[in-house]
Amino acid sequence: MANFETIEVKTDVLILGGGMSACGAAVEAAYWAKKNNLKVTLVDKAAMDRSGAVAMGLSAINQYVGVKDGQNSVEDYVEYVRNDLMGITREDLVANIARHVDSTVHLYEKWGLPIWRDAEGNYVHEGRWQLMINGESYKIVVAEAAKNALGMDNIYERVFVTEPLVKDGRCVGAVGFSVRENKFYVFKAKAVVAAMGGAVHVFKPRSSGEGLGRSWYPPFNSGASAYFTLKAGAEMTCQEVRFIPVRFKDAYGPVGAWFLLFKSRATNGRGEDYMQTRRDELEKWKPYGTVKPVPANLRNWLMMLDVMEGKGPIYMRTEEAIEKLSSEVPDEKERKKKLKELESEAWEDFLDMTISQAILWAATNTAPEEKPSEIAACEPYFIGSHSGASGAWVSGPEDLAPKDYFWGYANMTTVQGLFASGDASGASSHKFSSGSHAEGRIAAKSACAYAVDHPEEITFDNAKIEELKKRILLPLDLFEQHKSSSSDPEINPNYMKPKMFMFRLQKIMDEYAGGVSTQFTTSKELLEKGLELLAFLKEDADKLAAANLHELMRCWENIHRMWQAEAHVRTILFREETRWPGYYFRADLPSMKEDWKVFANCKWDRESGNWEMMKRDIIPIY
Amino acid sequence: MPSYVIPDKCDGCKALDKTACQYICPNDLMVLNKDIMKAYNQSPEMCWECYSCVKICPTQAIEVRGYADFCPMGASVTPMRSTDSIMWTVKFRNGMLKRFKFPIRTTPEGQAVPDGGYETKSDDLKSPYLFTEPASTGMADLPPVK
Repeated sequence: MANFETIEVKTDVLILGGGMSACGAAVEAAYWAKKNNLKVTLVDKAAMDRSGAVAMGLSAINQYVGVKDGQNSVEDYVEYVRNDLMGITREDLVANIARHVDSTVHLYEKWGLPIWRDAEGNYVHEGRWQLMINGESYKIVVAEAAKNALGMDNIYERVFVTEPLVKDGRCVGAVGFSVRENKFYVFKAKAVVAAMGGAVHVFKPRSSGEGLGRSWYPPFNSGASAYFTLKAGAEMTCQEVRFIPVRFKDAYGPVGAWFLLFKSRATNGRGEDYMQTRRDELEKWKPYGTVKPVPANLRNWLMMLDVMEGKGPIYMRTEEAIEKLSSEVPDEKERKKKLKELESEAWEDFLDMTISQAILWAATNTAPEEKPSEIAACEPYFIGSHSGASGAWVSGPEDLAPKDYFWGYANMTTVQGLFASGDASGASSHKFSSGSHAEGRIAAKSACAYAVDHPEEITFDNAKIEELKKRILLPLDLFEQHKSSSSDPEINPNYMKPKMFMFRLQKIMDEYAGGVSTQFTTSKELLEKGLELLAFLKEDADKLAAANLHELMRCWENIHRMWQAEAHVRTILFREETRWPGYYFRADLPSMKEDWKVFANCKWDRESGNWEMMKRDIIPIY
Repeated sequence: MPSYVIPDKCDGCKALDKTACQYICPNDLMVLNKDIMKAYNQSPEMCWECYSCVKICPTQAIEVRGYADFCPMGASVTPMRSTDSIMWTVKFRNGMLKRFKFPIRTTPEGQAVPDGGYETKSDDLKSPYLFTEPASTGMADLPPVK
């Protein structure tokens, strides 16, 4: 076995991840830990200043309920989320996040995030729930508060967590390795918060050359949360509810400001507005098809129908929107000023969060006031925080949850001592960056309570840890053992490198599970064939090889992705209907069915290694 | 090759134990070639073009060339990030230049105070009040759910 020193860290509350949700968890846990004499430890695979989905920055905060200003109520938010997800949502979880998210946003502003305010001092809204920000340093500011609260002594950066430690049905820690030096880490904890983000690159992306990395959600969100919770034996929910965002084509720049702030239309290549011409289609998806705003997946669907009929390209009519907005200003001098303002806002929208889109505009000599820009549906993503819903099935809060949704501690998974938040927790969509932070706080406070209630010392069988260490480091050993049987380290009859493993996974998912190349369409037969091919891939995971620590991380990232993929395929197969046609379409079951207005949950059994699929009732709180 | 290093400008962060770009890259892509003391992006096709390395580089040795598989050549987007603002220079393929300057934070670097000056109402671990609540919600009590 490769020579790695084993480092053991004993703590009370272990936070896994360093993104928005983990930063929320850190700030919150630090406070309660001090009051209750607990130790808190955070582990991030990158550097907290720029880790997670907000690494590049953001141009808006997408969840602000604004209860204090009487703008909206918590119930309004729940209604919006429920409709957007075609009725499949945990109202108790969404309401809990919604009542805490404004607090998080107000803290952001105190920490130094510039939130736009108008002449009267009110926040500038992009849309009903969205606030405009100068967000280049959004993550740095939020990470700074987390670091200041926790202290750098309690933070491990560049340590990649691979596996949960589970003892007698309780999660008691995690193991992983440093991506900088030969060190194997064993974290033992009384409570564990999983906040390691969603999953990208499970499906084949549209760009497969250099632009492979230009995924909409970041390529470093590699399914660690789903893997960790699944392997711990947690029940998972909404594993079928992937998210496919529509974004500016290729560079995937944000469309929110254009649709909401600039009130732009999207039209097909012939200038037709598919939201108008295909309005009748929405009737088929009632009651959700006829609510305002039209659910994201149905907006996608109407666009896809045009694309499938060869009516592309689809354009964001930026030139039309800018013309309309500036023409509302009668004075010529004022109008010029307004134009300048709009131009700056449009560019900042990209520069704050998708710089590639600014490069693409500049490279194609695009002035938004002169010509429209193409938009397109991206590839599928697993993201519990946006308009997808995949994640672990967690307990609701005691004061809001129906009794079947409450098992002792808010945001605890069905595994004792294991909590989930942000992209790691499911059926509580539309929490975005701010709600994920708020949910991290909820989960962390709850984890502190669990640690206080379960103070006994954590022990774990050393032989089992050695076994895990051996398996985790196996790719390094395989490489050393076999590298001399070929003159090119990339191609070898005894092993495969992580990149080709990822491509194989992506090809299976693309062709059988409804990826870009099948226009997101699949069926029972295709899914079953896909599962057969996934089984071979799973076996071949034992043949992954790594030449160095970086590749060792890539090996495990791709194993994580593969587990997310399997949970997804099994759940799409289980749900016998099409409910989110703009996310995936079951060609053999092309409509929505009332008896499937339930959660489709799954669980991987740690003892038998079998998957269990189950329906769970939707219990509203309103 | 999304982010790339200009050899003449990169000094391998010689005074530091690791290079700034290596420290910050969220995808662990930047590495140092110790033979020539120059950093490079070891896997450009996994680069998100997040510009974290570009912004942090102390010698401005890192730039980005748009993804060659869909982006026409000749454009560039270059940031200059200070402690409170960022200035962007956008150069178009046709030579046109645009400049934008935006604020990035309102507090001094490193000074984010976790509680933001808000008091926490209850020390009860089982209550629904989070750290700084309800003061930080801007209301006398938590926003009502019903």
